[in-house]
Amino acid sequence: MTLGVKSKRVLTRLLQAVPTVFGILVVCFILTRALPGDPAAYFAGDMADAASIEQVRQNLGLDDPMPVQFVTYVSDLVQGDLGTAISTGQPVTVELAKRLPASLELTLGALLLALVVAVPLGVLAATRPNSWVDHLCRFLVTAGVSLPTFFTGLALLYVFYYLLGWAPPPMGRLDMMFLPPESVTGFYTIDSLIAGDWALFKAALAQMALPLITLALFTLAPIARMTRAAMLQTLASDYVRTARAAGLSSSRVLVTYAFRNALLPVITTLGMVFSFVLGANVLVEKVFAWPGIGSFAVEALVVSDYAAVQGFVLSMALLFVTLNLLIDVTYTLIDPRVGED
Amino acid sequence: MNRRNFLKGATTLSVGASLLPLAQLIPQAAKAATNETAVVVFGGTINSLDIHRSGTNRDSYQVAINCYDRLVSFGTKQTADGSLSYDFSNVQPELAESWETSEDGTVMTFKIREGATFWDGKPVTAHDVKWSLDRAVSLGGFPTVQMKAGRLESPDQFTAIDDRTFQITLPFPSKLALPDLATPIPIIINSEVAKAHATENDPWATEYLHRNPAGSGAYKVLRWNAGEQLVYERNEDWACGPLPGYQRVMLREVPAQSTRRALIERGSVSASQNIPNKDAKELAAKPGVKVVSTPIENCIYSLCTNLDFEPFKDKRVRQAVAWSIPYEKIFEQAAYGQGVPMWGGGEQVTSIAWPQKSPYSQNLEKARALMAQTAYKDGFEVPLSFNLSVADWAEPTALLIQQGLAEIGIKANIEKIPGANWRTVALVEKKLPLHLENFGGWLNTPDYYFFWSYIKGNLFNSYNYDNPEMAKLIDDTLDMAVSHPDYAPNVTRMIEIAFEDIPRIPLWQPTLNVAFKEGVEGYEYWFHRQMDIRPLKPA
Repeated sequence: MTLGVKSKRVLTRLLQAVPTVFGILVVCFILTRALPGDPAAYFAGDMADAASIEQVRQNLGLDDPMPVQFVTYVSDLVQGDLGTAISTGQPVTVELAKRLPASLELTLGALLLALVVAVPLGVLAATRPNSWVDHLCRFLVTAGVSLPTFFTGLALLYVFYYLLGWAPPPMGRLDMMFLPPESVTGFYTIDSLIAGDWALFKAALAQMALPLITLALFTLAPIARMTRAAMLQTLASDYVRTARAAGLSSSRVLVTYAFRNALLPVITTLGMVFSFVLGANVLVEKVFAWPGIGSFAVEALVVSDYAAVQGFVLSMALLFVTLNLLIDVTYTLIDPRVGED
Repeated sequence: MNRRNFLKGATTLSVGASLLPLAQLIPQAAKAATNETAVVVFGGTINSLDIHRSGTNRDSYQVAINCYDRLVSFGTKQTADGSLSYDFSNVQPELAESWETSEDGTVMTFKIREGATFWDGKPVTAHDVKWSLDRAVSLGGFPTVQMKAGRLESPDQFTAIDDRTFQITLPFPSKLALPDLATPIPIIINSEVAKAHATENDPWATEYLHRNPAGSGAYKVLRWNAGEQLVYERNEDWACGPLPGYQRVMLREVPAQSTRRALIERGSVSASQNIPNKDAKELAAKPGVKVVSTPIENCIYSLCTNLDFEPFKDKRVRQAVAWSIPYEKIFEQAAYGQGVPMWGGGEQVTSIAWPQKSPYSQNLEKARALMAQTAYKDGFEVPLSFNLSVADWAEPTALLIQQGLAEIGIKANIEKIPGANWRTVALVEKKLPLHLENFGGWLNTPDYYFFWSYIKGNLFNSYNYDNPEMAKLIDDTLDMAVSHPDYAPNVTRMIEIAFEDIPRIPLWQPTLNVAFKEGVEGYEYWFHRQMDIRPLKPA
């Protein structure tokens, strides 16, 4: 019975995503056209006269009325054609397929790194309030949120590449003499491991180190804060007191009772943090010449490259709709309260 | 292995040379930036390998020069500071080993170089030349406009007489025709390869050539990852010039200026293209880095006063503005002293060199006196606009101009316009009352510059200037040979009018700055402001 209710809820939730995606399509289409600037004039080139601008406009299909352009756009979309990004000269689908993994590798890597550092730090800070660990936690959290990512990125670059020479030249995902691994996931680190190429894995990781640390510093603040707060709350709760009173070992109380319960809000925070990091990516990608989706979108926006901007917004929308769905569905399935009417 | 060794190991370029996949592809690629390989970083992005395609950006123009031959090219000259520049007045053979012009100047006959072959080994014939020039005048957009400048407008003008003889017929003799053939536009494409990939909807194979260059030039494209890099590989069989010094050139896109600067300062790359004036000044003082700054030919950073804006209809107001600008301060603070001053010249025009100094300099008394004669003695308000993409020089310039104008009662409100919008409002709609502009023509004659910027309706006349005498002079002079007795007097008069009417107030001639690691030589400036990698060589 409860399973029926649950699957029904999951299904409803899935269906709710459809109008969201369509709405995003329409709004994004209208907004890109409302951008100031005439892409035809921009892309006609340096010496273009009125006639050649008009010709470019026709070539790009920008002389059609808006509704016609929209129908063309949607029907192309259905066939999986997102158009050509004039700013890079590539089909938008190709650009997205190539750049999204680059950004995700950075984002997920940074999240992972932040988790590994922030969760234990938050737990330790909560169990030893006002100790040096707690102060360290506070310091890192303050630093993480108050330093803009491009600043952290440039500072790390200055110290570790420019002064010390430890980091490789910040020129993208791989050093110049390496070729990317055969694409399976699009993540160079994972793909190089699949290919069993250790040198390549190291090269990819070395190239990622600085941008990863930059983003992780930015990311760990909310995670550490949330872990600390949630832990403090659970540690002060009745069931922890009861468990302690029952004579359970302190490690068991901490891990099984306090930590597991504290993890729920932390995971919720993660979903939110993910979107922050993806946004913060843009500047980091610029600084480290990382060919990701953020720098691509910004460039496209600057030159009113409609197809590219729409493709970017659409893929981001889908990504977040999926992410939200995933979180909601997981909650529906896990949370015992859902399904009780 | 500790972390430090790990990071070090992964950084050192020579490590693992034996393990590198690219090393298998290009055997000597063990080290980047060596005697075989040059690495160049730049801030833009290459969006097509075909200069004729609509939407191809400036960064991509270099592919046309490096990978394709044209019938003719320009020679090299040494500039005042010892750096090398292309020489507009010296047209040299490239694919054409010789040419003749008929008595009346309307028929040009080119002899194609013997032994010139495309990369696939096919000999270059006059038929390829015909197909390629037909393409340039037929595709529309920028290539067609540029071809028209040399009076090359229709395929009927081009004839392949036999495999090695190619003829161009002009409607009337023009001094611009030959140099126009040396611009990056009239490239010679392997027509057989292109035709094999042409379709009914795409008869000129734009989709194929967009990704796959098919030329006979000094370099081939080994790899192109749009948004990341382009790798050039030398064409060992190049017939049209001395073999380039580098076997391979990697062009890397690095968007952040500070990162590019760190790369060149650390010596990780061979060259950083188009660096800002501030960096040029500072890097020149560092050991291990060499900066070459070349004045951009016939380009002038100017303040333009739009004649559609009521107060600027009065010539005296425009002159007052020209007398109010703190030129020296601008040159120091916005240009960091890089470039050629374009103010403070003599009252008489004594030379036809272009650009040349205007007679104006900052003289507030003169400016105030002029303003007092007009209907605007109490001043007025005007927006002062600039293109946000060139904010590095335009912003400080605008602020200083604002101060100067305040001295004579003009309140200028600074308006920053994003790059995508700039062309539309400034050049196409021409509706900015007061703005900073930086036009430089590809064909380096004064009359060509005046053609684009002083005839009503033409693109770079963003200030709606209209003067029948000027228009007539330009019309008479544009195709006239430089040796014609009327040429110098006509140009002199154009310059006099330009300075007297002053719709465009020259500030300074900018420079193109390129930074090199020690040991890279042979760099030569080109008017399209991109790297011609052919003459580069290791010391």
